[in-house]
Amino acid sequence: MIEIGLGHYLTFGAIIFSIGTLGIFVNRKNVIVILMSIELILLAVNINLVAFSIYLQDITGQIFTMFILTVAAAEAAIGLAIIVSYYRNKGSIRVEEINEMKG
Amino acid sequence: MIAHAFFFYFFSTIAILSAIMVIVSRNTVHAVFFLILDFISIASLFIIIGAEFLGMMMIIVYVGAVAVLFLFVVMLMNVSEQTLSWFRGSKQSKHIPVGLTVGAVILLELIVVIGGWKYRDTFTETKFLNFQTDFTNTHAIGNVMYTEYIHLFQISGIILLLSMIGAIVLTYRKREGVKRQSYFKQISREREDSVKLVEVESDKGVNLDD
Repeated sequence: MIEIGLGHYLTFGAIIFSIGTLGIFVNRKNVIVILMSIELILLAVNINLVAFSIYLQDITGQIFTMFILTVAAAEAAIGLAIIVSYYRNKGSIRVEEINEMKG
Repeated sequence: MIAHAFFFYFFSTIAILSAIMVIVSRNTVHAVFFLILDFISIASLFIIIGAEFLGMMMIIVYVGAVAVLFLFVVMLMNVSEQTLSWFRGSKQSKHIPVGLTVGAVILLELIVVIGGWKYRDTFTETKFLNFQTDFTNTHAIGNVMYTEYIHLFQISGIILLLSMIGAIVLTYRKREGVKRQSYFKQISREREDSVKLVEVESDKGVNLDD
């Protein structure tokens, strides 16, 4: 318990990842919370990469974490732009009411 | 070691609780605030584990840009307060038990994988980019980033440019009834289009209505 190893960080990342997927599934409110859940999932992946990078003494994990950071920022910008234009057309972003594609 | 354990449990508990609050809070603005708390806790974890540059980058990029963008959009769209609560859909939805089951199974699987996982002895020998311990973390990242990964670095810049253009294209709209300058029309105007020279005979005057 006192000795913090790689497993602690991986477990922590797994918990954050599960919370993120749970947020996507159970969300009935608006799409923005789903985007935030995706951010949580990417964050969990970042935790895993950094933990491996530190414990295996290899800098590559941190480099890839930076690329994931970039892609996460781009994804948030595009997702929010889509939500804004959808809201402008429909006046609502409730998940239950988004059913044009009958998915 | 005691301090490391103490700070790990402190920050990870805060991060997990705030992650739960992100997905269950009824007010979306509160969800964004808890997301910021989550980002800061995980950045602190990165700093105490030894990846200082990434921790700082996390605070700058996520808290400074992404979370503020979320907050901006939430407040712009006036969707912050939702009348229906988290677990009650308008028509008794069946998503909640299925979602809880799937989330629990994912967590269980990940925990099992971590618990039963041991890396082989040869695994650490496959690395080729070692830490140089006489450098700082930032120096080590910079050494590798601009040499080994320069192409990926440039591609990530292109991704950012594309996302910027995409966001502008998606949200751009032409408004009706707005007077705006057309630089092209202004610049391409010729003298012949707007000025007419009239030879005026004396005692006749000029007829302007032609």
